[in-house]
Amino acid sequence: MTDACVIRVAVQSAAYDTAAEIDAAKAAGGNVGAVVTFSGVCRDESGRLAALELEHYPGMAEGEIRRIAAQAAERWPVTSLTVIHRHGKLRPGEEIVLVVAASIHRQAAFEAASFLMDFLKTSAPFWKKEHLADGTSGAWVEAKDADDDAAARW
Amino acid sequence: MKLIYFAWVRERIGISEEDVELPGDVKTAGDLLAWLRERGDGYAEALQNPKVIRVAINQEHVDHREPIAGAREIALFPPMTGG
Repeated sequence: MTDACVIRVAVQSAAYDTAAEIDAAKAAGGNVGAVVTFSGVCRDESGRLAALELEHYPGMAEGEIRRIAAQAAERWPVTSLTVIHRHGKLRPGEEIVLVVAASIHRQAAFEAASFLMDFLKTSAPFWKKEHLADGTSGAWVEAKDADDDAAARW
Repeated sequence: MKLIYFAWVRERIGISEEDVELPGDVKTAGDLLAWLRERGDGYAEALQNPKVIRVAINQEHVDHREPIAGAREIALFPPMTGG
């Protein structure tokens, strides 16, 4: 790609405003014709879960996401990429992660967002611990082979 | 050398980070895991299956053959489950 892609990465405990992030993507420059967003949401697993606790490696978490975003920006003509990943205790229905990919046409934005999520899952240093609805602390969520397979398809 | 642990590796070892003096024959990330396993029950439990332990040197992923000489910070953690 020839034009610079604006990359914004944040790792934070606070909630974010998806509409404001879409507006920022449209205002970030370039000839924006498509904005794709992905939101990852905390499930309740049919009432079993009270919360997920997200632990992360400060510094490396931001660095890995930025590295993955830079790879996506090399590969697709995106005008901006935004990734916000939350940490701390999140309850069912709360959002965990946001990806916003903007481009001149939709295909690049869809693919860049999908690529970002697939690699974020397998290489950004975050871990989820379950807190159960009965008040006890549950297990650490196990990594899935399906996530490795999803990353390998790129 | 500063070692940092995350998620169930941290819980089983019982601390989140420590400074260690490594013997000269601990040359790679894999050597470090083997050396740590001998340090106590928590370490042995955390690192009993080294194949699942991920290693980062100076905040970059490496494989277990990576030399550790000169590392500022080495992190050990389970496979990641973010997103």
